[in-house]
Order: sequence, then structure tokens, then C-alpha cells
Amino acid sequence: MEKLSVEQLKARAKLVRRHIIEMTGAAASGHPGGSLSVTEILVALYSNLMEHNPQDPQWPDRDRLILSKGHASPALYAALAETGYFSPKTLKDFRKLGSPLQGHPDRRKLPGVEASTGSLGQGLSMGIGMALARRLDKKSYYTYVITSDGEMNEGQTWEAAAMAAHHKVDHLIAFLDYNKFQLDDSTKNICDMEPVVEKWKAFRWHTFEIDGHDVKQILNAVKKAKKVQGQPVMIIAHTIKGKGVSFMEGNNAFHGVAPKPEEVAKALKELS
Amino acid sequence: MQKILGKATRDAYGETLVEIGKMNPEVVVLDADLSKSTKSALFSEKFPERFFNVGIQEANLVGVAAGLASCGKIPFISSFASFLVSKGFDQFRMGVAFSELNVKVVGSHGGITVGEDGASQMAIEDVALMTSLPGFVVMVPSDEISTRALVFEIAKYPGPVYMRTGRPKAPVVHKAGTDFKIGKGVRLREGKDLTILANGLEVFEALEAAEHLAEDGISASVIDMHTVKPLDTELLLEEAKRTGHVLVAEEHQIWGGLGSAVATFLAKQHPCKMGFVAIQDTFAESGKAEELLEKYGLTYPHIIKAAKKILGR
Repeated sequence: MEKLSVEQLKARAKLVRRHIIEMTGAAASGHPGGSLSVTEILVALYSNLMEHNPQDPQWPDRDRLILSKGHASPALYAALAETGYFSPKTLKDFRKLGSPLQGHPDRRKLPGVEASTGSLGQGLSMGIGMALARRLDKKSYYTYVITSDGEMNEGQTWEAAAMAAHHKVDHLIAFLDYNKFQLDDSTKNICDMEPVVEKWKAFRWHTFEIDGHDVKQILNAVKKAKKVQGQPVMIIAHTIKGKGVSFMEGNNAFHGVAPKPEEVAKALKELS
Repeated sequence: MQKILGKATRDAYGETLVEIGKMNPEVVVLDADLSKSTKSALFSEKFPERFFNVGIQEANLVGVAAGLASCGKIPFISSFASFLVSKGFDQFRMGVAFSELNVKVVGSHGGITVGEDGASQMAIEDVALMTSLPGFVVMVPSDEISTRALVFEIAKYPGPVYMRTGRPKAPVVHKAGTDFKIGKGVRLREGKDLTILANGLEVFEALEAAEHLAEDGISASVIDMHTVKPLDTELLLEEAKRTGHVLVAEEHQIWGGLGSAVATFLAKQHPCKMGFVAIQDTFAESGKAEELLEKYGLTYPHIIKAAKKILGR
């Protein structure tokens, strides 16, 4: 796999953002806000950090990625398409009847999707299973799990957090896309999980805190995370919901509502 | 009928798991802090590196198993059926059934014969919940012989399976060497007036009832319908056509168990007179297993009564 440079990753992130706007706009549904916040993380992973082969999605030694916040599927599909899993032309079928690009990721339908998600709180557990399989098979792959701040409300998140640390699960690198919003309102107003970094530390995870839109910081954090042994890693990535489109940034109206045609045009102009 | 108590089905499960562990290095076992009771501890003693005790956390247990299965492992996960099925249900739905992953779920302490521990520990709705998940095989074996054979079968089967095991020693109803297949009922007695379908401990009660019915001149078939899903519709149809009277007995809530599955099939294919011996939409309580079976209408006299009712005698 060719590994993109920082500048190339930035350009690809912009392209992925364009896809997100077009996909949700065309489907007249979907979750643009949380897709735009997780864009750099997914692009940096698929187009630089991960060992994988789009021509052989089931390669046993591949790094795995689970998008636990499954509603950010537009970002995942766009990142997969641009990495070569399927033609970006397919993205226009997002959420259409019979399409492999389901509203939320379906591992049975789309090569490259490692886990079916959409019911929040399950991804970390699945990631632990993959990391334990790696340990049993004495392989060297990494498992990445992308979680959300809203997802931290789920009890299963903390079951997984405790269990992974107790079993000294490593080669497990999770990201928290901390965009500070969930469906109904800001995380602060719904079920504030602060202090977040301290929580993960208290659960005996190795933590990093970064700007989730700074590609260099993402690359550096993962490089350091790979050296951590006998402990799972949580990279707390501060992000902006709706990042990259002026009228969507920090505007929770776009959590689960697609941009209208005129908004699509305006957003694409900003992302050109 | 002579009652020869064998091992509990949970013991047969734990012992068989060790045998399977020897044969297949891809088998891994997980438990949620009940391994001494579910008997998965037997596996942990032999293969500690392939055993994971996750602690008291059923949702995570199921998710971890799904992750392992996606990497080619064959996870067997155990806890009490009551906690595992209800607390892990969304994870079974999304992570296992919808994901089509090869996870074997074995819930012990099924039914009300848990006894003294009381209603909170008794799974009476596990079959209803697990049969509602697309693609899941659901089974309730009756004795140690069938449990051993069926645990071997599910280890070979490439897909999600739920099996209920029980706490008390189970009467032996099968002959050693009987052939058991997923989705194939076993006819233990052939009759012409009535067919009794049962699973779990109710198979013994059904055999006992059939003996007494014979003394009254009623000839009853008894089938161990260990697999609720997929249902052995071939055998069911053959029996329903021959006897015209079908009675279902199970240690389960009447809503959504074997009886519901049988009734749904027969309503379409061969409507006939039916009866149901099951827990009548209520929770049970603390007591001795045999006292509870009697109080909640699951012993053989209740089966005899229900049989005579549908036969109009």
C-alpha cells in the first residue's frame, strides 16, 4: 500500500469531505456532522498508518479498523473508496435499496468493513476480540477502534475498558472522536463524561490527547501507541463536529440531518 | 418409567468442551465469572491460554466473542442463561446474528429447575428471545448423552448457536450411540393416537406420561425435539398426519417457545388438535426443583391431563 504524505493526506481529507456532503445530500439522510469530525482520523489510518490490501480485504495479517460510531459511515465509505476498496462512483448509491453502502456499516455487504455497527457501545468489545485473536495466533497486526463521545454513555464501553486493561490487551488502539456533541445536544448538557482523559487513565489505558484534525499529530500518536505493550491505548482526539464547512461547524443541527441541495452547493464550494 | 439420573446437561457440556478443545485449537472459551457453575471451568483448567474470564459483564462478553469469531476462532461463551441472553441480547443481535459470526452461546441454569435461587436466576424466556434472531440455531438438550453429541455437532456447524443447559441432574432418556443432528428430532416412542413433543427435562416427563397413557389405552409418540430452530418440520408433519393430536411440553414461558414454533408451522401445514404444557405467563419462585415443576404444571400428570383433554377423554 502506498503511504500518503502529510500534504497528500490533507488533500484526501478534503476529497473525503466532499464525498460526505455529496453522499448525504443525495441520500437526503445520514449523519454529516460526526462524519466530518472523524475524517482526518480515518484518512490517516487507511491511507498511511494501516497495513492492509484493498485488493485482498480478507488478508489474514491485515490491520483491522472498527468504526464503532457506525453513523459516521459516509466518512468510512469515502475513505475506503479512495483507498481502493471500490470505485468512488459507488458512493452515490449510499443508503439506496440493494446498495452495499448501508445506512450503517454492514460487514456482510461491503469488503473492507470489519464489523457491523450502528448500535453504540459495541466496537471496543469486538476490537478486544480481534486483538486477543492476534495474541493467540502470534501475529503482529493492530486493531483500531473509532469510538465517539456519546458512546461513552454506554455501559458496555466501560465493561470493555476494564476488561481490556485487566487482560493486558495490546495492539489495540482506540480513538475517541471527541466532537463534544451527541444527537440531542452538547455532551455537556446530556450526560457529561468529563474528566474524560482521567477516566481512561483510571481504567488503566495508555492515553494520548491530540487535535483530531491535525494529521501530523494523528500520525505521531499512532507511532507512539504502537510501542505500548501490555496495555490498550486510547487516543482522545479533540475534533469539531461538521469540520470543514463553515455553516456546519459546531452546528448540531447537522448531526443526523443531511444538507439540502443549496447547502450541498455551498459546502462543495468551500471544499473546492 | 425407571428414572435413572445422569449428569446435569451443564456437566456434559463442560466435559465435552474439553474433548473439543483437544481436537480443535481454534476453539476458545469465555465466561462471565460463572465458570464453576456453567462448567466451562473444566476447559480453563486444561487450556488456560484459550480461556478468558471477562468478569461480570455479559454485553462485553458477547462482543469480545464476536471479534474472536471474525478472526476465525470458534468461541464458546457461557454464563447463566438468564443473564447471558437478556444482558447480551443487543450484542447477539448486532455482533453475532446480523454479523453472521460463528459464536456458540451456551446458557446454563435454564428453566425453573434452578430451584432455591429463585426467579431472578431462572431463564424462562431464553428460547423466545434467541429464536427471534435471524440465523440462530436454538436447542434445548434433554440429557447428558444428547448434550455430549450435540455439543460436538455445534462445534462443527459454521454459524451462531444457542444451547440451553440445566442445573439439576437430568434423567437419562437416550441410549448411548444414538445419532443426534442439529434440527432432527429423536423419536423415543412411537404411538398412533397422540404425539408429545418435548425438550429438556420435559422429555422424561413426556415418556413417563406416555407410559401411564398406555395403561389407559392411549398410544402416544414421544419426540425429543432438542432443536427448536430450525424445527424438524418433516418429522413433525409426519407425526401430525399420523396421530392428528400434538402436545408440546417445555420448561419455558408459553409465549415464544417450542409450542409457539410448532403451532405456527402446523397452522399453515396441517392444522390439528394441539395442547401446550409450559409456564403460564408467570415468573416462578424459590423451592426444590421437583416442587417447582409440580407447582408450575410441568410434571407428567399435567401432561397426561393435557393429552386427555385434546383427545376428548
